[in-house]
Amino acid sequence: MKSAEEIFEILKNEFGEAIISIEKDLPTEPIISINPFEIKKVCMFLRDNEELKFDSLMVLSGVDDANGEKIKDEDGTEIIKGGTLSVYYHLYSIPFKHKVTLKVSTPRENPQVESVESVWKCADWHEREAYDMFGIIFLNHPDLRRILMPYDWEAGYPLRKDYKNPEFYQGMKVPY
Amino acid sequence: MALKTETMILNMGPQHPSTHGVLRLELELEGELIKNVKPHIGYLHRCFEKHAEAMTYPQVIPYTDRMDYLASMYNNFGYVLAVEKLLGIQVPERVEYIRVIMGELQRIASHLVAIGTYGLDIGAFTPFLYCFRDREKILSLFEMTCGARLLYNYMWIGGLSHDIHPDFVRLTKEFIKSFRPTIDELNYLLSYNKIFIERTANIGVLPLDTAINYGVTGPVLRGSGLAFDLRKNEPYSIYDRFDFDIPVGKGLMGTVGDCWDRYYVRVQEMEQSLRIIEQAIDQIPEGDVQAAIPKRIKPPKGTVYFRVENPRGELGYFIISDGSPNPFRVKVRAPSFVNLEVLGELCKGHLVADVVAILGSIDIVLGEVDR
Amino acid sequence: MYQLLYNFTGDVIISTIVVALIPLTIILIYALFAIWLERKVSAHMQDRLGPMRTGWHGWLQTIADMIKMIQKEDTIAAEADKKLFNIAPVLVFTGSFAAYAAIPFSSALIGSEIEVGLFYIVAISSLVVVGILMAGWASNNKYSLLGAMRSAAQIVSYEIPTALVVLTMVMYTGTFSLTKISEMQTPYFWNWNILGGPEFGITKFLLIPFMIVAASIMFISTLAEVNRTPFDIPEAESELVAGYFTEYSGMKWGMFMLAEYANMLAVSAVVSILFFGGYQSPFGYLGNLLNIKWLIPFEQIFWFLLKGLILVFVQMWLRWTLPRLRVDQLMTVCWKYLIPYAVVNLIFVGIISLL
Repeated sequence: MKSAEEIFEILKNEFGEAIISIEKDLPTEPIISINPFEIKKVCMFLRDNEELKFDSLMVLSGVDDANGEKIKDEDGTEIIKGGTLSVYYHLYSIPFKHKVTLKVSTPRENPQVESVESVWKCADWHEREAYDMFGIIFLNHPDLRRILMPYDWEAGYPLRKDYKNPEFYQGMKVPY
Repeated sequence: MALKTETMILNMGPQHPSTHGVLRLELELEGELIKNVKPHIGYLHRCFEKHAEAMTYPQVIPYTDRMDYLASMYNNFGYVLAVEKLLGIQVPERVEYIRVIMGELQRIASHLVAIGTYGLDIGAFTPFLYCFRDREKILSLFEMTCGARLLYNYMWIGGLSHDIHPDFVRLTKEFIKSFRPTIDELNYLLSYNKIFIERTANIGVLPLDTAINYGVTGPVLRGSGLAFDLRKNEPYSIYDRFDFDIPVGKGLMGTVGDCWDRYYVRVQEMEQSLRIIEQAIDQIPEGDVQAAIPKRIKPPKGTVYFRVENPRGELGYFIISDGSPNPFRVKVRAPSFVNLEVLGELCKGHLVADVVAILGSIDIVLGEVDR
Repeated sequence: MYQLLYNFTGDVIISTIVVALIPLTIILIYALFAIWLERKVSAHMQDRLGPMRTGWHGWLQTIADMIKMIQKEDTIAAEADKKLFNIAPVLVFTGSFAAYAAIPFSSALIGSEIEVGLFYIVAISSLVVVGILMAGWASNNKYSLLGAMRSAAQIVSYEIPTALVVLTMVMYTGTFSLTKISEMQTPYFWNWNILGGPEFGITKFLLIPFMIVAASIMFISTLAEVNRTPFDIPEAESELVAGYFTEYSGMKWGMFMLAEYANMLAVSAVVSILFFGGYQSPFGYLGNLLNIKWLIPFEQIFWFLLKGLILVFVQMWLRWTLPRLRVDQLMTVCWKYLIPYAVVNLIFVGIISLL
């Protein structure tokens, strides 16, 4: 069983500046921040390393950090410019029973993260959901399309903090 | 010159008697053999995660009920435990015991639906009604406690909404006594029936490393041979005080990890849940169930990921709090969502009739898949 | 029966029509009764009550359903082939109903006394396959087509064990005519074919196991011919919605249902005639005892219907107990198990009856 700090040390030795930082003073668990374009190599290492063996991805969630500046748009609604979108990965190891939380952050205007679908097949639908809800593009994903919203939904990404419902969808009035 | 053949695309559409909800399966068939299955979901998407950001923490609880509507107690349980971990509060013993008893009763009810509808899909009409007859007894126990039969809103942050009825303990003991022979009857009628075994053994075999890579959990993973149950591996609440086994698929009727194994794991889990309830029902201490409910719920800034063992697998809640009374982000890791991914892998090379058998053995609830 | 009426009225047409109408009324009344019986039987097996409000224990429920079905809208899909779509239920019902012409309800009541009754029944039941294929094709629906193909394959395959067992019985009794076969099995149950036949001797006891095997093979394969569980793949609710009659509504669907129940009684009747004595009573006749000769045909009708209904009840019992077989397992059962057993049975019965 390794703690998050030990795992952070191992990763830092292996990958250098792809590993950005670790936040330790949170109430429940420390979070390791990683460069979004190196996440696949890091995850492959985490899965295959003999001492770590993180063979199960528990959950992959997109988060809208809402840390940009809020400006008022033409029709009086608030949109957010700047800031980041993040993806959180929670990993677990069945043989060793330890857990770790990873985080990547990408700029809001052009969110791109490398896909970890080739490491754990579980990430396939989770990444599609993150794309559907936040608009995060996962590079090298085999089939990135919307999963919960209809396939031709043009009006944006629903879970962003500044999302507005469209007026009409295919001729039907949206706000009830 | 080779004969030009085309595969036929058959749509097991959103409305279908046996896709357990609104699920659209696009089957690519060559005669009766399946080459590919593509599930299309999203027909029941009700934007739970967006709603959760607009409400306070206690107001989210009825919404969690409606995700997996066949195991509502456990949805409440997971959410409440996650928020309590973030707040760092400790609930009274009585609350813990009652939560465990309700959770295990809910597990039995959910497995009864899974087994009954699985028999119905295979063509055996009668076990379905026997299972529902017993489920009625459980639902009337729930109705006696909190007034609702399906969507309870029973477990609150720091306690429960109502205390148990004075007759609850006696009626639960009667239920336990009457339920044990029913499991034997069910085994005799369905599990060891030769035709049922022919339809489910060696169908949809899931090897263990594929299962772990796809992230499946619950009876699907245990059916493939790994004894991994969150109640024993990462005990939450007071599960570490009870003595129960983890049933694992052993390939009794076919290969390890086929549909029959997954089905039989569920039957055995009902038996183990009965054991837990038997042990817990005698030890309920006295106390006030609403003593530890805080007046204002404002967790500190931070994140928490907490997981519990739903009847269908690992249900996880990832909650990000920014110090205000509303959660900043609630992400639900639904077990059926993850388990459904493995359907494409399992169906290759089988016949159309087997798709129904495999889908029933994975046991999905569309409310959870789409949230 | 026809002779009686002809002597009575002196007119060919009227007597033909009356003779044709009598079995039709019997079947319709029986079908109403059988549907109610199925609902009550299934309900009690599933620990519930079934229809209870319409009449005493719900016996008027079927009539209420018939009235509802008749006044339903007759929908035909736009792309469907209208002529075939309309003819298909008629064909299916005709195929089942026409088999009743050769079945003796009692020694005096038979639709038409033909010498090759068994042969005629086996042949006319194949008309049902044509009707089913037409229904599946004309619905313009992939599910219906799949269901119809499966059903056609199933019925055609299971006719072979049926024909083999019929051949065995014909070889043993020496006649095709159903009336003669019933007469040969005298009204005492130890003389019935299931227990070896009327001639007392060593062959009778040797034949008993083979007769039992033959009866079970015939029962199973006729179960498959009428598309009942465990062979109800063509109507499998959970896979193909309703198979070949998905697109039918109203009275056309009602005709498919009637045809299914009529078929059930027809094959039960044939099995009971071949093995269980047909319309003969197991204990001798009250008419003989009390010397009232005209009572005997009525007693025979009673025993005939009783035996038919018992076998129909067994068919319903099986439906609500067993799950259904997959289509390739169904074919395996037929070709790899039933046909070899039937052939071996035939050879043995042949050898023994030569002794």
